[in-house]
Amino acid sequence: MKTIYFDNNATTQVAPEVYEAMQPYFCRLYGNPSSMHTFGGQVGIKVREARENVARLLGCDPSEIIFTSCGTESDSTAIHGTLAAVPQRRKVITTRVEHPAVLAVCRDLESRGYTVIELGVDKLGRLDLGELERQLDDDTALVTIMSANNETGVIFPIEQIAEMVTSRGIVFHTDAVQIVGKMPLNLSQSRINLLSLSGHKLHAPKGVGVLYVKKGTRIAPFLLGGHQESGRRAGTENVPGIIGLGKACELALKHMDDENTRVKALRDKLESAILDACPDSRINGDTKARLPNTTNISFEYIEGEAILLLLDRFGICASSGSACTSGSLEPSHVLRAMGVPFTAAHGSIRFSLSRYNTEEEVDFTIGKMPQIIKRLRELSPFVQGAAASH
Amino acid sequence: MWEYTDKVMDHFLNPRNVGEVEDPDGVGEVGSLACGDALKLTFKLDKDGRIVDAKFKTFGCASAIASSSVLTELIKGKTLDEAMRVTNRDIAEYLGGLPEQKMHCSVMGQEALEAAIANYRGQMAAPHDHDHAERIVCTCFGVTDKEIERVIRENGLTTVEQVTNYCKAGGGCGGCRGEIEKIIQSVQGDEVQEQLLPPSRKGKKLTTIQKIQLIQQTINEQVRPALRAHGGNVELIDVEGNKVIIAFRGMCAQCKISEFTMREVVEAKLREFVAEELYVEEDKDSLDVQHVHKG
Repeated sequence: MKTIYFDNNATTQVAPEVYEAMQPYFCRLYGNPSSMHTFGGQVGIKVREARENVARLLGCDPSEIIFTSCGTESDSTAIHGTLAAVPQRRKVITTRVEHPAVLAVCRDLESRGYTVIELGVDKLGRLDLGELERQLDDDTALVTIMSANNETGVIFPIEQIAEMVTSRGIVFHTDAVQIVGKMPLNLSQSRINLLSLSGHKLHAPKGVGVLYVKKGTRIAPFLLGGHQESGRRAGTENVPGIIGLGKACELALKHMDDENTRVKALRDKLESAILDACPDSRINGDTKARLPNTTNISFEYIEGEAILLLLDRFGICASSGSACTSGSLEPSHVLRAMGVPFTAAHGSIRFSLSRYNTEEEVDFTIGKMPQIIKRLRELSPFVQGAAASH
Repeated sequence: MWEYTDKVMDHFLNPRNVGEVEDPDGVGEVGSLACGDALKLTFKLDKDGRIVDAKFKTFGCASAIASSSVLTELIKGKTLDEAMRVTNRDIAEYLGGLPEQKMHCSVMGQEALEAAIANYRGQMAAPHDHDHAERIVCTCFGVTDKEIERVIRENGLTTVEQVTNYCKAGGGCGGCRGEIEKIIQSVQGDEVQEQLLPPSRKGKKLTTIQKIQLIQQTINEQVRPALRAHGGNVELIDVEGNKVIIAFRGMCAQCKISEFTMREVVEAKLREFVAEELYVEEDKDSLDVQHVHKG
């Protein structure tokens, strides 16, 4: 059975060009980039080139790029590194819809005496910038707000927020894991101080990430040891991963238009066809400011895990904000923060596309979805006979 | 991804006895949309008092649907007294086992059966009749002390995590985990001594630093989770001798009634876990600060 992969906000296929670029750096060119000999030095040159490719995608200087092991490490480094650099300030502002890589760190800070403000969102998942403005004060060390939400794809006005925050002399970090490669960035023209990205969300392998640190932003290192990454992140470089990420960034720049036209059109087709064919379904999140590849749809009266398992029977991969899929007992914190009723949150499905998806895959899924929804509604005690058989 | 047995997948993909029995003798409804799973069981008796037909409708995940399907298979042909002996373990065993975190699905089956039989016998639905003898422990999922005691006893549970897996209690804000711990201890007695939290340091002479740390820890673990579940928060501002100064945030800061009662709750927790002589005051300066949380 063919796999139809609509779960690209979870992870993506490594691009064949990326895989090819990485291969020499396992068995053949395995030198340590820090070594004094040519054998290692030639690897160092490739790491430098990768850094330049990442910088080009972000529109920044290569010296502002720190390679890390993943998006989570980048987030932790940004938060802890900033707080260590300004120990006299004790307040952190974030949002209720952040990824756990930020939210869990902030909640841990709270238990260690920091004041943490979690900004709420409205029913479309949008922030109230007025509330942010009111919260900024002289005690605030850091504001950390994601660029785009992984579950709904809702994009926050990050440049405006960066302006507001940094003009008060406060450091601004954004978890941009979902937006890098999908929307153009130009960090040299931006007030963003710190930005996290993750390789495996843009067709590089798992195990490599980046923390962008704007020149002049003070940040204490998180991992101590060797002098790698100019002393800002110790540990021997994940050379194949870094080289793969460099290639992936080069490709992302090339495919950016495709993401925003063809992929977006596929997403829109999938979304509107499903909404048309399945009664009592609705989109979660603001469709006006949204990633081009993501749709999050709630189906009333049925539960997400059951939908996913039936999709899986057809080789279709998606994800859900239902409680049952996470192993926790409560549905997605993002949907709850948006005030999505429990009934709809339990039955939410996220489709996230990539440039590797085709129209045939979208059509196939459109064809299967109504029967899956109908079948589960026939089992549901909350649907009366007539409605179930639509 | 869950590792479901072939049996679970079979009953999920080909559920037996879906629907509602016409003119049923017994109807049992448990769970809700908010809880994430719900089951409606209906059955019909023959003239000898045996279950001739049983049907279900279930909102929930694969294991909830499979558990319901198996339940109907297990009770068909049984008298009500025989059916009463079907337990959640019978359902789980028939399915070749369920993931630990999904055991509550089998418990839901057992509860629906009991509710349906009680309905037939004209009683109030026993496990959900919150009379004076029962008290809701987990407010997030509406689980009572009696229900918790029962899953502990019938399944030999010894940890809070297991209780959460079997009946959901403690799986929301986590504010009742301390209480579940106490119920486990009262049911299982000495068997769980080793797994309990380290004994409170209360009573020992604390240094100022230890006292402040213990106050912070108590607020973190005993107070904050419950507030957070309702959009609120609490912050430790300062400790002056026995006076603990706190500030409420979010929903708690807006709600005058809860503000009053929450101060008492915090004080009670601090007296229980840190020292009897502590008393709590709200920070005057932060009363004016507006922290408006949406949705």
